[in-house]
Amino acid sequence: MLTVSPVVVMLAAAFWRSHALALTLTLVGLAATMVSLFLAAGRASRQVTPLLSFDTYALFYIGLLTAATAAVAILSWNYLQRRHVHPEEYYMLLLTATLGGAVLVASTHFASFFLGLEILSVSLYALIVYPIYRAQFVEAAVKYLVLAGSTSAFLVFGMALVYAQTGTMTVSGLAPLLSAGLGGEHVVVALGVVLLLVGVGFKLAVVPFHMWTPDVYQGAPAPVGAYVATVSKGAVFALLLRYFRPVSLDPGSTLFLVFAAVAIASMVAGNLLALRQDNVKRILAYSSIAHLGYLLVAFLATGEQAAIAVTFYLVAYFATTLAAFGVVAALSPPERDAESLADYRGLARRRRWTATAFTVALFSLAGMPLTMGFIGKFYLVTAGAGSALWALIIVLVLTSTVGLYYYTRIVVAMWVRQPDESAGAVSAAVDGASGAVLAALTAFLIVFGVYPAPLIQLIERAVSTLP
Amino acid sequence: MILLWYILIPAVAAPLAWLLARSRPQAARWVAVAGTALPLALVTWQWVSQAGALRAAFAAHGPGVAGLVQGTWLADVQAAWISPLGISFFLAEDGLTLIMLVLTFAMGLLAVLASWRGIQERVGFFHFMILWSVAALAGVFLSLDLFLFYFFFEMMLIPMYFVIALWGHERRVYAAVKFFIFTQASGLLMLIAILALYFIHGRATGTYTFDFTQLLGTEMPSATAFLLMLGFFVAFAVKLPVFPLHTWLPDAHTEAPTAGSVILAGVLIKIGAYGMIRFMVPLFPQAVYDFRTVGMILAVIGIIYGAVMAYAQRDLKRLVAYTSVSHMGFVLLGIFAWNTLALQGVVLQIVCHALSTGALFILVGTLEDRIHTRDMAKMGGLWAVAPRMGGTAMFFALASLGLPGLGNFVAEFLILVGAWQASKWAAVLGAVGLVFATVYALWMMQRAFQGEETHALRFDDLVPRETGMYAALVAALVVLGFYPQPLITTARQTVTSVQQITAGSRLSPQAAHAPQVRILADGAPPGATVADDATTDGKR
Repeated sequence: MLTVSPVVVMLAAAFWRSHALALTLTLVGLAATMVSLFLAAGRASRQVTPLLSFDTYALFYIGLLTAATAAVAILSWNYLQRRHVHPEEYYMLLLTATLGGAVLVASTHFASFFLGLEILSVSLYALIVYPIYRAQFVEAAVKYLVLAGSTSAFLVFGMALVYAQTGTMTVSGLAPLLSAGLGGEHVVVALGVVLLLVGVGFKLAVVPFHMWTPDVYQGAPAPVGAYVATVSKGAVFALLLRYFRPVSLDPGSTLFLVFAAVAIASMVAGNLLALRQDNVKRILAYSSIAHLGYLLVAFLATGEQAAIAVTFYLVAYFATTLAAFGVVAALSPPERDAESLADYRGLARRRRWTATAFTVALFSLAGMPLTMGFIGKFYLVTAGAGSALWALIIVLVLTSTVGLYYYTRIVVAMWVRQPDESAGAVSAAVDGASGAVLAALTAFLIVFGVYPAPLIQLIERAVSTLP
Repeated sequence: MILLWYILIPAVAAPLAWLLARSRPQAARWVAVAGTALPLALVTWQWVSQAGALRAAFAAHGPGVAGLVQGTWLADVQAAWISPLGISFFLAEDGLTLIMLVLTFAMGLLAVLASWRGIQERVGFFHFMILWSVAALAGVFLSLDLFLFYFFFEMMLIPMYFVIALWGHERRVYAAVKFFIFTQASGLLMLIAILALYFIHGRATGTYTFDFTQLLGTEMPSATAFLLMLGFFVAFAVKLPVFPLHTWLPDAHTEAPTAGSVILAGVLIKIGAYGMIRFMVPLFPQAVYDFRTVGMILAVIGIIYGAVMAYAQRDLKRLVAYTSVSHMGFVLLGIFAWNTLALQGVVLQIVCHALSTGALFILVGTLEDRIHTRDMAKMGGLWAVAPRMGGTAMFFALASLGLPGLGNFVAEFLILVGAWQASKWAAVLGAVGLVFATVYALWMMQRAFQGEETHALRFDDLVPRETGMYAALVAALVVLGFYPQPLITTARQTVTSVQQITAGSRLSPQAAHAPQVRILADGAPPGATVADDATTDGKR
């Protein structure tokens, strides 16, 4: 309890008093959380009730979520400022959502799994619709609410089935079961696991549970979009990794094939659907579907390298996605979001540094060298190759080549020689705070893209506590 | 440490040029000149001062040198980089690297000079991109860690993509995206092959490393080796380009601005040849041997197809682009012949093609700056208007068709002699390609510069800056035509050592073949080459 209390207390304290100086308190709270993580990292990992385990793995991911939340909070500041809504509760919701994420990454039990997921989701319903002045936001929120609500039901039912059959709700109890294969007498468990995976798949927005992503990304305010894309997905993926790490999936087993099929479908569909989009937010949505597919490839690989690869890629994906959405948020004029490709034509002329930051982010998504995206993708492919998942790797390689096309479209639009000034292109000034966040994210992407060794060592330590 | 400077100087000059251009665009050009001329001077100095060392290294290890071992390099840098994965920052330089570096910086300098007048938009950003690509190219040629190689290999795509997409001609975006996707897709295939090699070696020995010198001689089943070799081959074949994978090249070369075409034709496509000699064949000698019939067929198709397509073009720049396909066919032929003579020819061809084709691209660029078209139907009789330009074009057209006395002839001759030992039919068909080369080169001169002056075009002849560039290129080609020995000596150690690596396989049984191999390899007096020239004069 020594280690966990500061985390929770700091998070809680921040949102109780947040009405006054919402942003400052939020940031102070997040900073305090960060500090407490470093204090906690010095001690041995500990199990807090059967529900939560605060090992280095959880601490690392909580740190990641906290940093991402801080970035989202700062990016939201100017966005909300321009829109004259009452922004105080917004930050509170952000913090509760992060609390949910923190519970998820530390979860070792179905109860905490469900609890964290619900805290996260309920906060998100409100966040998506927060600046309530556009029908589109409401549409996005309702879509999310209905789908998330029904998948939660799936999840609970799945947990119930597994529990009914096995009498266990802990990770350690689940693992040997899954390893044993899911055929024959285990049919109820199998059904339960499938329902569980439906719930998780929805949160991760992998094919075939991806339908909501483009609408929600497009409909939600840009900073919230960034939050959904990073914190929400990252937390669930971290949980998935913790639950399935001890499971040795035999290539050829049903579960493996299911995951492989989902990964391939996500990579293919995400990349192909993004090709024909002209809306930057939708492009980012489809590309995030593809990126989750890439992640599943390393997830299926075995060995410690695979866990490192997944974690490294998630860190890179966080920084990249935050930078990309940050640019969209920073450039959005008060009445709408800067989301059509036409808004970005000739951006380099008007906002040279913003365009540079966006270019770096897009190249990182595309996996070009000098950015973390390159090292991340390299790591994924290495992990896959280490487990001889050749078919998956080849799909990864081919589809990410397709991905180049739509990333470069945005890049070219920004750097065109003769921009047509007429087309209502955005040129909103980027405020200092957002500018600083974008600069920091860009520097992060480049520094660890060139010299990733320190980060890798940190991640190695973090995943070492995984069973 | 000197190796680091080759990458760092252009890499540091790049952002400097961008920032300076905000206030003074002209300053960016001078920074770019400094950023390429300085390493060029450095590498030339190294070449001159280490000529003795090169000879000594060869004498000490002789033909018996057991591959790329420490101590046979001119210089190397090794530092830990991403140690958890066994990736090190490993740069090394031998004779072949030296030649490629000279080429890289010289072509970079030419590219900067050639865009002095043509590029007026975003001068700073343009030179940023040019310098970035030069830095990445230097990295490609210096890396001996396969991950580092792949890193630079991919890194140079971004600036080239921007150069084509932003400063290119009419269909620039299409060409840029096509170039990008072709190269990236093939590069990823190579990455898979590299990783497979990494794991096979790691499992066998327990050391997981991307160090090329350690990966050499990894034992694996021949079917696996063949697949991995194909991964490398596709990546380098796209770059080179080899016949069915060449379609990005005419588009990219045609749509790129002059500087882009010069770097593409001069250095970038040479990575294909370099990669095959340095990595593909030494790593998988047996698989390459099994593949060589296919390789030679593709090479011959490339030679003839490129020449025929060049003849059919109306666009002057596209014509020059297709000649590259043809000339690179010779390079591929030489590599798959894999004997000393052919490999020396390949090295020469790499250099001479860069010089002559680079010059032709610059010439087309200067012409287009003046008359705003590349369509040969709208030209004709230009010699009368601009005699200096006409004479220069004539010279480089002749170099391109392989006129004896110029470097290209020596190169193609050596390749054909080498290929004759490997496969008589390939050599014969390759020689037929030379006939086609004569046709397209002279036909180009006829349509653009000779004949009736029908379009009443009036424009300035070459200015001193341009004359200076061409004079340097002309001098280099003539010197190489009569005295190619310095290049051959410099590359000799690399050529013999890569052959040593493959000596165990069936690939190079001709180690002690025809006597002229010995003569050239041992650094015969220049007369030997000239005498060869004389004999083939009669044949042709």
